[in-house]
Amino acid sequence: MKLARTILALMMAASAAPAMAALPADPLNSPMWAMQGGRIFGDAPVVFDDAVKITLPMIAENQHVFPLTLDARALGKVQRIVVFEDLNPIPVSLDFAPQGAAPWLSLRIKLDQRTPVRVAALDAGGRWHVSGQWVDAAGGGCSAPPASRARGDWADHLGELRGALFARPDGTRLRFTVRHPMDTGLVENIPAYNIESIVVKAGGAEQGQITVWGSVAEDPAFTMLLTGNGPVTLALRDTNGRDFTGHIAGVRP
Amino acid sequence: MNLARRQLLRAAAMGTLALPAALRAENFAGKYVLRPEQVAEGLWFVRGADEAITFANGGAIANCAILATDAGAVLFDCGPSLDYGRALGDWARRLTGKPVAQVLISHLHPDHALGAAAFDPAIVSALPGTITEITRDGPGMTDAMFRILADWMRGTELVTPTRQLSQGPLVIGGRHLRLMALSGHSANDLAVLDEATGTLLAGDLVFHNRAPATPDADLAKWHTALATLEATEHKLLLPGHGPADTTGAAIAQTRDWLTWMHAALTDAAAHGLDMAEAGEIAIPSRFADVAAARYELQRSVSHFYPAIEAAQLPRIDQ
Repeated sequence: MKLARTILALMMAASAAPAMAALPADPLNSPMWAMQGGRIFGDAPVVFDDAVKITLPMIAENQHVFPLTLDARALGKVQRIVVFEDLNPIPVSLDFAPQGAAPWLSLRIKLDQRTPVRVAALDAGGRWHVSGQWVDAAGGGCSAPPASRARGDWADHLGELRGALFARPDGTRLRFTVRHPMDTGLVENIPAYNIESIVVKAGGAEQGQITVWGSVAEDPAFTMLLTGNGPVTLALRDTNGRDFTGHIAGVRP
Repeated sequence: MNLARRQLLRAAAMGTLALPAALRAENFAGKYVLRPEQVAEGLWFVRGADEAITFANGGAIANCAILATDAGAVLFDCGPSLDYGRALGDWARRLTGKPVAQVLISHLHPDHALGAAAFDPAIVSALPGTITEITRDGPGMTDAMFRILADWMRGTELVTPTRQLSQGPLVIGGRHLRLMALSGHSANDLAVLDEATGTLLAGDLVFHNRAPATPDADLAKWHTALATLEATEHKLLLPGHGPADTTGAAIAQTRDWLTWMHAALTDAAAHGLDMAEAGEIAIPSRFADVAAARYELQRSVSHFYPAIEAAQLPRIDQ
C-alpha cells in the first residue's frame, strides 16, 4: 500500500513537472513545499530523514527571535545545510557550508506566520536530507520593525561583535553575536539591510561559511562546533558592503 | 495545472488530505463552566486551568475571586473574555445576591484583565500604572488572544479600567480590604488582603504548582514583593494560578522556581549552550508537580537569555 502510494505520488509529480520529479510528498502537507522544494533542490534527490535533528521550543514566544539548534552529524560528511521556512516572505534564512566545522548549528530566525521550519542537509553523495515541523507563530516577525529601529540606537552599535570559545564534550564551541538590524525590506521606508556572509577560520583553517538572509533574527547569534584548533577569526559582510571582523585567542579559562 | 491543484490531487491520491490545523481554530467555542468554591466567609475562589492559554481551555487559565459586600459583589480579576466575564458576573450575583459593584484588576495580562469587557468601565479599577499598561498593550494583547482563542473571544472589546486604586485601605460595602501596590511579575501588581477572613489575594505574584510566567518580569522586584507578601500575616493565600495555599508553600515555591530558573539559564550560558538547548535543560525533580514547567522555562529562555549571554560574552572586535 505504501509502495503503491509512493509510486502514484511519483507518477503524478512526474507528469506535472519533470524538474520536480525527485520531490517526495511532504509529510507536513505544506502548501508551499512544491515551490520551495523545487527552488532549493532543483533536480537533486531529496529524502525526508529524521537523522537531521532539529531542537525547537514548544512555543514561539517571540516571533522576532525564534531559536533552533540543528544537528546533521548522523549523516557524516555534509556539504551544505539550508534552513528555510515555507511560509516566510524570505523563506531561506541561511545556507551553511560546514568546512572544518561539524554539521551542527544554533541560530535564531524570524517567523511571519505559522509555517513549517525546515533544515535540509546535502550529504557527500549529493542527496538532500530534510526534516522539519510546523511552528505556530503570531504575525509580524518579518514585517514589523526591529527593536533597535524602535529604540533608534541601531547605528550606535552596528557590527559590535561578542563571542567566546567553550570546551565541550563534543568539541570546541564557538558562540558569537553581532549587532545588526537585519532589516527585511518589508517595513515601510526601511530598505533591506542584513548580514549576508560569515566566514569562520580556526588557526587559519576554514571552519565554515554561512550565507545569511533577512529572516535571520535581529542581532544574529550563532553557535558552531569547530574541529580546528588555534585562534578563531570571524569575517562578516553586510549588504552595504561593510566588513566586521572578530578575533578570539582561545577557549576561555 | 497549477501548483495548488497538483498538490491537492497528489495529496488526495495519497489519502493524506489532512485538514490543516488552522481549521481547528475555526471550531465553535464551547461555554465557560465556572466552579466557584467557597474558601472563607463571603469569599469564593474560581480556579483556572493550570495550563497554557489554548483554544481547548478558552483561555480560562487564571484564578479569580468573588467577595460579598453590602454594596455588591467585588471581583478580583475577571478572566480572558467577554463571555467569561459575564459568566463570572452571573455567578457573583447568584452567590452574593447582589450585582457586581467593583472589579479589581490585579495586573495587565489578558488572562486576568480582558473579562472587564463584561462590565461598566466605571466600576473597573486597577493601579494607575496598570491602567497605563492596559491602554498601551491592551490592543496587541487582545489581538493575540483572538488569534489563539478565536470564537471564545467573540464580542470582547478592550475595557480600560477607569477607577484608580492606591496602596492602603479600601472599604467597599463594609468589607475592609488592604491594597498592596507591588511589582515584579509585571511593573504593577496589585495584591489584596481581605482583613475579615485573613485571605491574601496575591494575583500573579504567586504561582502554586503551576510554573511562573515571566514575559514582563523584573526578578529582583519580584523577590522583594514575595518577601512583602510573606511578611503580611494571612490565613489563606489565593495565587494567580494554581490551588489555594494555607501553608506558605506557594510563596516559597514561586521564589524557588524564579531563583532556580535564572541561575540555571545563567549556568547554561556559561557552558556555551544556545537558546533552544537552554530550553531543554533538566528541570529538578522537586518541580515534578509543577504544571507547565517546560513550557514556562522555554518562555523564560526567550525573556532572559539574550541579556544573560550579552553580559557573559566579551567583545571580540577590538
